[in-house]
Amino acid sequence: MALKRTPFFELHRKLGAKLVEFGGWEMPLQYTSILEEHRAVRESVGIFDVSHMGRIEVTGPQALDFLQHLIPNDAAQLDVDQALYSPMCNEQGGTLDDLLVYRLPDRWLLVVNAANTEKDLRWIQQQQAQRFPSVEIRDATRASAQIAVQGPRAEETLQKHVEVNLARLGYYRAVETEYFKEPILISRTGYTGEDGFEVYGPPQAVVQLWKELIKAGVPPVGLGARDSLRFEASYPLYGHELDEETTPVEAGLGWTVKDKPVDYVGKDVLLQQKRGEGVRKRLVGFALREPGVPRQGYKLYRKGEEEEAGYVTSGMKAPTLNAFLGMGYLWGSEAPPPGSAIEVEIHGKRRRAEIVKMPFYRGSVKGRS
Amino acid sequence: MSYPKELKYTKEHEWAKVEDGKVRMGITDFAQRELGDIVYVELPEVGREVKQAEAIITVESVKAASDVYAPVSGRVVEVNGELEQHPEYVNQDPYGKGWMALLEMSDPSELDALLDAEAYEKLIGEAEGEG
Repeated sequence: MALKRTPFFELHRKLGAKLVEFGGWEMPLQYTSILEEHRAVRESVGIFDVSHMGRIEVTGPQALDFLQHLIPNDAAQLDVDQALYSPMCNEQGGTLDDLLVYRLPDRWLLVVNAANTEKDLRWIQQQQAQRFPSVEIRDATRASAQIAVQGPRAEETLQKHVEVNLARLGYYRAVETEYFKEPILISRTGYTGEDGFEVYGPPQAVVQLWKELIKAGVPPVGLGARDSLRFEASYPLYGHELDEETTPVEAGLGWTVKDKPVDYVGKDVLLQQKRGEGVRKRLVGFALREPGVPRQGYKLYRKGEEEEAGYVTSGMKAPTLNAFLGMGYLWGSEAPPPGSAIEVEIHGKRRRAEIVKMPFYRGSVKGRS
Repeated sequence: MSYPKELKYTKEHEWAKVEDGKVRMGITDFAQRELGDIVYVELPEVGREVKQAEAIITVESVKAASDVYAPVSGRVVEVNGELEQHPEYVNQDPYGKGWMALLEMSDPSELDALLDAEAYEKLIGEAEGEG
């Protein structure tokens, strides 16, 4: 099957991007160098094409009730023009996806992972058909575009191009405005650990904004640095820290699991786990005490023990921290405390590592919703 | 991209430079570009006996780990310890400061199996054509 392309594809090509397949899309991995692009976002600002993310609109008078049934986090607590991060789980509490939920004046917008969009749509439609006949679901992915403007200088950079006062836009708040007479949505959200915004709208408007930002000298940033930035900020990535065999509680996302007055998919298992019952594994962060790069699937051991104790989900030489860091699961209901010695098997050899606190790095991001 | 005439090359994108009975080795300009930013190079121990085409070095880029193969059989007599602090030398200067190991050859006839610059350039021309 042919790879999908975002409205920015030709622009990426002209910018000399190295292109890769990601979640069924042909996307820029890097334009110049992952490390340079990473540094630009940590120290200044960069822009990302994230149009490959799935955008699903939910409407109808029952939309809130439906979302309350669909996700463990509490959408009822949202004001209009506010967003929420939540997992979406199956009956066993396994994570189907993690997503942003926007409450907008006339609709709800769900932003999901590119690789999961089709699976999510099937699941959401199936859940809707069972109990919420009046709710309407629309896949807005191909009819819209999405960019992220991220970094400590994101606000001053984007402010030069839009009329709304960004200084007044709080973390995880959104505002609808116009850009070249087209309706766009700006939210103070991101996936880098830095302050920043995401902009949604019709492709021509968002492409126009991208071109203006490029013209103003803002560097484009590819998926390579998107991954290294989110890794340092210890944000989970679906397919690495999250999958259907993993619950949000096990992934350290217990704060997204709410004891809502209504039933929702996976509620019993998740609330039990939140009380500490039935947790099979815990996500930990670790730092190598000798050189080596941990990668997804590598094995973890407790110091000196023969039996495998867990597995790596992500790892790299963290560019900003200049340290060999990893995230992974250790089997058991309790994670060992920071400072505990573990070992990682890298290329057939066990290397010394130590449990460390997450996030590894705190940037200019305003807070957590 | 540059491929010095005085070097020999492998199909796996290593270069080899003969220096009186020894072979200095590293990865080619093509390889470093394909890998992107290199963040760590795991070098072999000095004294290790290696066989031609054996994986002896691991190069870690931001995204992935890649094996580097011995262009000839022999013994590792020196490694580039500078790379521990400066893995970026492999990107910046793959044939100079980015060298990886020096091997004492056990069978110089193995050099015949390596490519010259022209043949290597042709090979990667084909590889790039695939993209």
